[in-house]
Amino acid sequence: MRMNKRALLTSIAASAVAAAAGPAFAEKKYGPGASDTEIKVGNTMPYSGPASAYGLIGKSIEAYYKKINAEGGVNGRKINFISYDDAYSPPKTVEQVRKLVESDEVLLVFQPLGTPSNSAIHKYMNAKKVPQLFVATGATKWGDPKNFPWTMGWQPNYQSEGRIYAEYLMKNRPQGKIGILFQNDDYGKDYVKGMKDGLGDKAKTMIVSEQPYETSDPTVDSQIINLKSSSADVFFNVTTPKFAAQAIKKAHEIGWTPLHLLNNVSNSVGSVLKPAGLDASKDILSTAYLKDPTDSTWDNDPGKKDWLAFMDKYFPEGDKTSSFTVYGYSVAQTLLQVLKQCGDDLTRENVMKQAASLKDLQLAMALPGIKINTSEKDFFPFEQMQMQKFNGERWELFGPIMSGEVGS
Amino acid sequence: MELFLHQVLAGLATGGIYACMALAVVMIYQAIDHLNFAQGEMAMFSTFIAWQLIQWGLPYWLAFGATIAISFVAGVAIERVVLKPLHNAPVLSHVVAFIALLAILNSAAGFIWDYTIKSFPTPFGNGPLFEQGLMSKHDGGMIAVTLLMLAFLYLFFRHTRIGLAMRAAAANPESARLAGIRVGWMTALGWGMAAAIGSVAGMLIAPVVFLEPNMMLSILLYGFAGAVVGGLTSPGGAVLGGFLVGIVENLAGTYIPVVGREMKLTIALFIIVAVLCVKPSGLFGRPIVTRV
Amino acid sequence: MMLRRTIETRGPPAAEVAGMATPAWRVIVFVLGIVVLATIPFVLKNFYIFQITLAVIYAIAILGLNLLTGFNGQFSLGHSAFYAIGAYTAAIMMDGFDISYIWTLPAAAMVCFVFGFLFGLPALRLENIYLALATFALAIAIPQVLKSSLVEHWTGGVQGISIIKPDAPFGLPLNSDQWLYVYTILVAVVMYVGAHNLVKSRTGRALIAIRDHPIAASAMGINVSLYKSLTFGVSALYTGVAGALGALAISFVAPDSFTFQLAVALFVGLVVGGVASISGTLFGGLFVLFVPNIAEHFSKGLAGAVYGVILLLVIYLMPTGAAGLVRLIVSRLVQQGRASGR
Repeated sequence: MRMNKRALLTSIAASAVAAAAGPAFAEKKYGPGASDTEIKVGNTMPYSGPASAYGLIGKSIEAYYKKINAEGGVNGRKINFISYDDAYSPPKTVEQVRKLVESDEVLLVFQPLGTPSNSAIHKYMNAKKVPQLFVATGATKWGDPKNFPWTMGWQPNYQSEGRIYAEYLMKNRPQGKIGILFQNDDYGKDYVKGMKDGLGDKAKTMIVSEQPYETSDPTVDSQIINLKSSSADVFFNVTTPKFAAQAIKKAHEIGWTPLHLLNNVSNSVGSVLKPAGLDASKDILSTAYLKDPTDSTWDNDPGKKDWLAFMDKYFPEGDKTSSFTVYGYSVAQTLLQVLKQCGDDLTRENVMKQAASLKDLQLAMALPGIKINTSEKDFFPFEQMQMQKFNGERWELFGPIMSGEVGS
Repeated sequence: MELFLHQVLAGLATGGIYACMALAVVMIYQAIDHLNFAQGEMAMFSTFIAWQLIQWGLPYWLAFGATIAISFVAGVAIERVVLKPLHNAPVLSHVVAFIALLAILNSAAGFIWDYTIKSFPTPFGNGPLFEQGLMSKHDGGMIAVTLLMLAFLYLFFRHTRIGLAMRAAAANPESARLAGIRVGWMTALGWGMAAAIGSVAGMLIAPVVFLEPNMMLSILLYGFAGAVVGGLTSPGGAVLGGFLVGIVENLAGTYIPVVGREMKLTIALFIIVAVLCVKPSGLFGRPIVTRV
Repeated sequence: MMLRRTIETRGPPAAEVAGMATPAWRVIVFVLGIVVLATIPFVLKNFYIFQITLAVIYAIAILGLNLLTGFNGQFSLGHSAFYAIGAYTAAIMMDGFDISYIWTLPAAAMVCFVFGFLFGLPALRLENIYLALATFALAIAIPQVLKSSLVEHWTGGVQGISIIKPDAPFGLPLNSDQWLYVYTILVAVVMYVGAHNLVKSRTGRALIAIRDHPIAASAMGINVSLYKSLTFGVSALYTGVAGALGALAISFVAPDSFTFQLAVALFVGLVVGGVASISGTLFGGLFVLFVPNIAEHFSKGLAGAVYGVILLLVIYLMPTGAAGLVRLIVSRLVQQGRASGR
């Protein structure tokens, strides 16, 4: 089922009406940071330092709420999005988040970016009972409502994605010899764990080489050569955009043509495959849950048209080929839905309660049929992905919508 | 054995990147007698200028030449505008000024050209240089250009008046001034040349690592390492040092079990420090003699 | 070469540092400072107390660096490594072995002293740029080592370690932020008095002599190698104690907290505070903590550039750091006072 914006709005309106019938709407209730006129939403992003590429997500969110405020806000309240720079340094995140909570007194902290940064504030947020909502990292530990009821992830977690590839391999290449290139941090290791868990007993025999790299490595050429000489015929590529492009290019250059599985983090056509060479990228497999803005498949899609209109009007300097702008747009819409559902009960408790009761939410830039669902026990909003193959020009989706669930 | 050869060849290719940068490091060291931490970002910024010129439709070699010229002028300007006022400040303050420059250039490049990686064209053509394809044509071209620049620098410093004057100005400003050398302009000229060489390095490196504002952060470190291990006073040593670092790093990553793969940079740096402890002025540098 | 030459001409001469009399205004400033520090936890919000605690912690770390670079003339771009070792020592003791936070500081101090001393031995062979590269290499290497699978069992690998913030002892009516502030200040006072006495002592004069003229110093019978490695140890000790305090304040350690950016920040703090100035390090600590926050107020996209510009301006206005500026102003005032009195 493909939904356009109108359908989305109708569904949002419908759920709002449904919620309005509940007793929560009888009177206005405000937690810190909420009032008749505004809702304060806090955020940290690496606007400076080596991870500053991600700052684009924060700027997209800011632009989106500018649009919402220009159109009247949420239930008549303006969203005051306060975003601070943490330079991807955990101590700085702690400082900035404490500033948001204790000095700016925000209603919730939304989309703080990075696993180490979120780990640093994890206990603090839960002790203070402030929502740490839709964190920008795919680690599995963010979906643990029993021990951390104030923290929730958003994107499909890395381990699930690893499992999806494992499932694919078990079915289609049970005799494959897998070579893995991964970033030597929590993100890379989570993917590898998901893959190993998915392969089960066969992991030991199927995986023939694991090559880590550091973000400080200038190139991954040496690792690619090692992978090739390990005679692997499946290449599991767990890298961030720059290294993904290097790996695709190098593998092509040295004539290594394995079955290439590329993680979702780096499957943007515009910012990875094109620089790496469309020819070299042919036949790569990956997974998706959001629409790629540079993929011509979506040229007539109303969701993408709305996104383009938003970018032109509110974020003209933003990069339209980057997946980060789509990501920021989509996660901002998710929070918007939560705030709408909250109605006039803007307490921290209700924010978490509504965040945990998202039902079949189809975002404009999510793939058709891939929906957000949460519950008291399920703190993983996105859990589904679909596999896709690159045909040298654009991605072609194939197979069923999959959900390598973990943890829940 | 085959793997060994492959890794050595790949090490040579990446070593070419380091060697290129090491040359720029030696250049600035000859001109100002210490290292410039903003050098990588200057090279990155120059490369973005070249990319922009090519985007505007200039042919590659024209953009290449224009970028070198622009970088040279910008290098001189940075010295005159940013560093001249600090003329009498302690060296540690200079280092802080370099750090400030680094932050400014990095952030400005991200602001102007954003952080999405960009592919940068190579003039040497795509495809492998040999049959197995371990070294690309571009890697070969890069090494050739590095050697050309090396020859140029060697001749410049050994056999031109201005090159000798520059070395004198850096090594002993007071005496050089007495000998009639305009020390201030020598320094500025050195900055200009270092920026120009850096821009060549950037334009050669970008096709391999892809162009983005943070592309030089770690490469500069490797460039330093190569220059230091070869000897900061010796352009030839620096180039050799760059290749050595590339090869040692690859071999450490491939052959040292467990820790090798995870800590190849750490191991490479450890080896460099060990070399320095035995030969404090680098493999090919002149030993420092202190006058009492 | 250059480094030593310039420190020699720019830093205060040994005689001045060692023998400067304590004029009345210094006593007044000191007492005023104590009063301000004592009232802070009772008037400010917890968040600001926390920020000031962090600034003081950075100041202690910078003080460690200053003992090495400012007073002994050894360059280091790798002090984030000692900060990290101190922080991890504290975190592992508290998380892995359930040892009280009180004991983490002496332990971190000892571990870092040994580590610094050992690192100082090969560093003896290196000078200036070579030493800068070696220490910088250490700063780059530490995060990789911390997350390596060899030590993952203790360090928690890439995930790091969460620890619990200590509560005030003896039922003092302070919350954990207030208590940590008091605790940090107490430690800082001990550390600063220690540094002051060290610099003024015979040993301190030896350190400065080594900085200004190593050959002459050794001719005078100073064991240059021993003093240099010991200074490395003491410097690492200071920075390590700061690291342990930092771990308590942040309640979390991870390899990403101790990248070379921290080393660069400490170095910047050292220079803007004033090389070879003990009180200047306090300004350095404040700078490290607050200037990035100021920078992002101007522009998010250009936060880094604004930071760079502020840094340049500070260096232009105070080429010898905050301490140098204060020294200059005081000497001007004194001169004026003399002129008008005449």
